[in-house]
Amino acid sequence: MYPSRFDYDAPSSIGEAVAILDRSGGEAKVMAGGQSLIPMLKLRFASPERIVDINNIPGLDYHRLDADGTLRIGALCRHEDLEFSETLAESHPTLYAAAAVVADPIVRTRGTFVGSVCHADPQGDWAATMIALDGRIVAVGPNGRREIPMKDFVLGPFTNALAYNEIAVEAVIPPAKGKARGGYLKLERRIGDFATASVAVALDMDGDVVRRAGCALAGVGGKTIDANAAISVLNGKPLTPDNIEAAADAVAAAADPRTDHRGSAAYKRQIVKTFVSRILTSVARTEQKAA
Amino acid sequence: MTSLYEEIPPAPAPGVPTTRVTITVNGEKRTLDIEPRLLLSHLIRQGLQLTGTHMGCDTTGCGACTVLLNGRPVKSCTVLAVQANGRDVETVEGLSSAQQLHPIQEGFKQEHGLQCGYCTPGMMMAAKALLERNPNPTEDEVRWALSGNICRCTGYQNIVKAVLWAAEKMREQEG
Repeated sequence: MYPSRFDYDAPSSIGEAVAILDRSGGEAKVMAGGQSLIPMLKLRFASPERIVDINNIPGLDYHRLDADGTLRIGALCRHEDLEFSETLAESHPTLYAAAAVVADPIVRTRGTFVGSVCHADPQGDWAATMIALDGRIVAVGPNGRREIPMKDFVLGPFTNALAYNEIAVEAVIPPAKGKARGGYLKLERRIGDFATASVAVALDMDGDVVRRAGCALAGVGGKTIDANAAISVLNGKPLTPDNIEAAADAVAAAADPRTDHRGSAAYKRQIVKTFVSRILTSVARTEQKAA
Repeated sequence: MTSLYEEIPPAPAPGVPTTRVTITVNGEKRTLDIEPRLLLSHLIRQGLQLTGTHMGCDTTGCGACTVLLNGRPVKSCTVLAVQANGRDVETVEGLSSAQQLHPIQEGFKQEHGLQCGYCTPGMMMAAKALLERNPNPTEDEVRWALSGNICRCTGYQNIVKAVLWAAEKMREQEG
């Protein structure tokens, strides 16, 4: 398989890339890692007139913590950069857990965090973590920069809030209010398959009390499911078995799975409940040991 | 003979816009005029006639087409050839010299790490990337590193053994 013909640009600055997008009036597509876009081009699900490859723009491959704990992930930070990150293991357990299960190790050398969020695949891992962590996307367009909160960024399957002449240059994850805890669990038939069901949970802990709980689901709905409201039943409460079960039930009710070759709707909903419960129980145990 | 995967000729038709790229392939600098839509796997196999790199699923699933791009493993069916411009590509042909097998190749021979051999070049390149970062991997780490490569013959046992064999051999050579 090979893509239909396109014109190709590999600009060396964001300004230049935005100018090309602006000129092409919605007929161009930005390529970062290309691990979703190239298959879509080959299958002719997408046939843009122009590809704007941002891989030659220097200075976008970072991920770093600001002094206040804000995490910034540049548009060319690859999945494996996060998987092997030394800072992330301590500071961002939800992201760190997800990094190891995105696609497969070879795809992770190439695919990018920001690109995956922009792709807005209902089964994508990173958009779910971003929603749970209340992140935002920094977009640059002809009129400058703007920040888009995750809750307004994913509009539907494969649809994001970027204008045709904007590029997502950075993902921003706000600092935890307290200790950052959480996890990411994904059920897949084999490594590299799409998720049967995935659960991202992010907790800000104050002692043994949950100050803020965030949650999002992948693979169990027509788009990434924002389960932040559902898991907020934990806010202000300790992680007791009863509270954990109530939260797991609330999140499972927010899932909207469909029966398909990966399993029945009821099965997927049960997986969601189990995963929420496992992540929360694991956090509770770790906190108990630490205390 | 033309197969489904070999429809794009290495040289674009007259009048088709091309981009000039310079790519270092197995240490040798190549300057080529290619269509932007040409996949790296097509360039390697048809354009450069390096047929050691195999095309399996053509959908980023199987890893048979794995090559190293600037030292990191990529699935060459999911990289545009133009994206290798100014970069280094290493294929399975780059492993051995005329007289000497690479320890990874020797490992696959010693441990019977292949049956039909279709996945082998991709397995070897993924293994090379692993051993460059981690010269002393555990069995689990080998299995992790090869989890993006599918083999339908061996059940993976001997592939894992082959990589561990190679790791030991390479450590001896280093030491």
